[in-house]
Amino acid sequence: MDISVRRLCKEFDRYPALNGVSLEVGSGELIALLGPSGSGKTTLLRLIAGLEFPTSGSIYFGKEDASQKSVQERNVGFVFQHYALFRHMTVIDNISFGLRVRGRRNRPSDAAIRKRASDLLDLIQLPNVANRFPHQLSGGQRQRVALARALAIEPRVLLLDEPFGALDAKVRKELRRWLRELHERTGHTTIFVTHDQEEAMEMSDRVVVMSQGRIEQVGTPDEIYDRPASPFVFSFIGDSGELAVTIDRGEVFLDGRSLGPLAEGLPDGRARMFLRPHDLEITDDPAGAISGEVATVRRHAATRRIEIAVGEKRQRIEVAVPATRGFVPEGTQTFRPVRCRLFPAN
Amino acid sequence: MLREVSARPVAPVPRPRFARLARRRSADAASARRWQPPTTERPLARWLLIALALGFLGFVLVIPLVLVFVEALKSGIGVYVAALADPDALAAIRLTLLISAIAVPANLVFGLAAAWAIAKFQFVGKSFLITLIDLPFSVSPVIAGLVFVLLFGSQGYFGPWLSDLGIEIVFAVPGIALATIFVTFPFVARELIPLMQEQGSGDEEAAISLGASGWKTFWLVTLPNVRWALLYGVLLCNARAMGEFGAVSVISGHIRGVTDTMPLHVEILYNEYAFPAAFAVASLLALLALVTLSIKSFLEWRHGASLKAQRSL
Repeated sequence: MDISVRRLCKEFDRYPALNGVSLEVGSGELIALLGPSGSGKTTLLRLIAGLEFPTSGSIYFGKEDASQKSVQERNVGFVFQHYALFRHMTVIDNISFGLRVRGRRNRPSDAAIRKRASDLLDLIQLPNVANRFPHQLSGGQRQRVALARALAIEPRVLLLDEPFGALDAKVRKELRRWLRELHERTGHTTIFVTHDQEEAMEMSDRVVVMSQGRIEQVGTPDEIYDRPASPFVFSFIGDSGELAVTIDRGEVFLDGRSLGPLAEGLPDGRARMFLRPHDLEITDDPAGAISGEVATVRRHAATRRIEIAVGEKRQRIEVAVPATRGFVPEGTQTFRPVRCRLFPAN
Repeated sequence: MLREVSARPVAPVPRPRFARLARRRSADAASARRWQPPTTERPLARWLLIALALGFLGFVLVIPLVLVFVEALKSGIGVYVAALADPDALAAIRLTLLISAIAVPANLVFGLAAAWAIAKFQFVGKSFLITLIDLPFSVSPVIAGLVFVLLFGSQGYFGPWLSDLGIEIVFAVPGIALATIFVTFPFVARELIPLMQEQGSGDEEAAISLGASGWKTFWLVTLPNVRWALLYGVLLCNARAMGEFGAVSVISGHIRGVTDTMPLHVEILYNEYAFPAAFAVASLLALLALVTLSIKSFLEWRHGASLKAQRSL
């Protein structure tokens, strides 16, 4: 089922949570809504589910306008951040809930419901917890039961709100891989909300980066990382440093010193230069390079991060060097941007 | 001389070392004995507090309660049974049961509705409503009774109009029921509000997203989530409904065998110096309260674990 969101707006007490968002999701895609808290990503997810109603705009499921339909009619599988498992029901009752509450005409037979629930328990690899209560399960198990419960109603779309937010790092990593595999097997159109960029980049086909109720960029993880469309996306995704520079006929100047013709096709004037730590290299050649005082040196997995205070404003820029390389963490260092990204300052 | 000096220390040398060690050990033991959890009182204070609490409890609660049963049975079981079998007493018992059969279901519905509104919705005047729910606790029951007399009495606002329609409220069962509902209103709502607020509406959202209708969500998810709190509220509400005196006394008119509830009947008998009968009816009332309390304790003991699990999840 493909989903089309058109100019969707949502206000809470006249405070805009979503500002005219449009988005196309293809059938079978796995999409991440990524953004800082307050960016409107959960609101968008809840609007698609029908748990909130839009102030304006519309949502299409395939060719059908779903905007005015109730949650029940939309037939979506929603996995809540804290799972919202029914605490007074066993796991198997939780999973079969969605089938049991159907009207008599659409309800499968008891045997069919039981069969479906136990198939789902196999699918989430928890065949032995059928008769336990939610409070007897670990966080990761609860998460998977919540997913099975959402899948039981054969939803047209699967929506997950911060699916791994409440789990510890190791379980999160395992579940990510498992969910990705599950998606490949079942092929549900899936949208999930996360504030963890690693999670978004690793799991999804496409990432929707959101900020302040707007979509900043939609693209594959590669596009988002390598070709950020805005300063926000650049600074939000991955590590980055920023320098205030000026452009004059395609040449970039930092405090009056030329860094070379890096800005071809960009308008003259003040600009923001974004740099990633591993796109910088330490050099001895001062031509077109940037110098600064070493502020701190930190170990970061396989690299060492050298923080260098640059220019008159002493802006901190991180440079990544291999941890194996010997390095004196003091004095002046010079580095050259191998790649950088420039945005006109407004 | 020199040899003596050097020879003398040989034997005593280890002694001071052991002595010091021994002293340190005994100091450890002493401090271990003296150490106590910072929140625990000294034994004397502990015993004093316990004695005070128990003594007060015994004097104010246990002795009077025991005395009720002693007095009731003092003149023999025959008198006791006769007092309860008296037509007026039977009428009072019937009326009390009828009133609580009206008041408790009414407050069950009102309480659920109020708790639901407060816990699940945001609206103007919410904190005012929460305060208002406590009003029957803070207002004297006599005033509650008077208010209804003022509203529905023959000199009251709606009284003449209602009596034209042939509806009697004051000095009749409807008035007693109204006054009892007023006085016992907070019990169910007060039990439910904190629990429902804590649980939020996540479970309800999950249920409707799975296709459940509002009605099914209520029966299958909301109600089971609050069932124990609801039961406590109902039990307490029932105990109070059967025992209410003040409000009912003002509005009932004390018509013997017609508008006398058990508490009122006890008072009438007592004023007529019919002590054995008064205590017999009182003991029955006390027994009903004790049964209610034991059901509550039993449920707490029996389902305490699942209750705790529910709250912690």
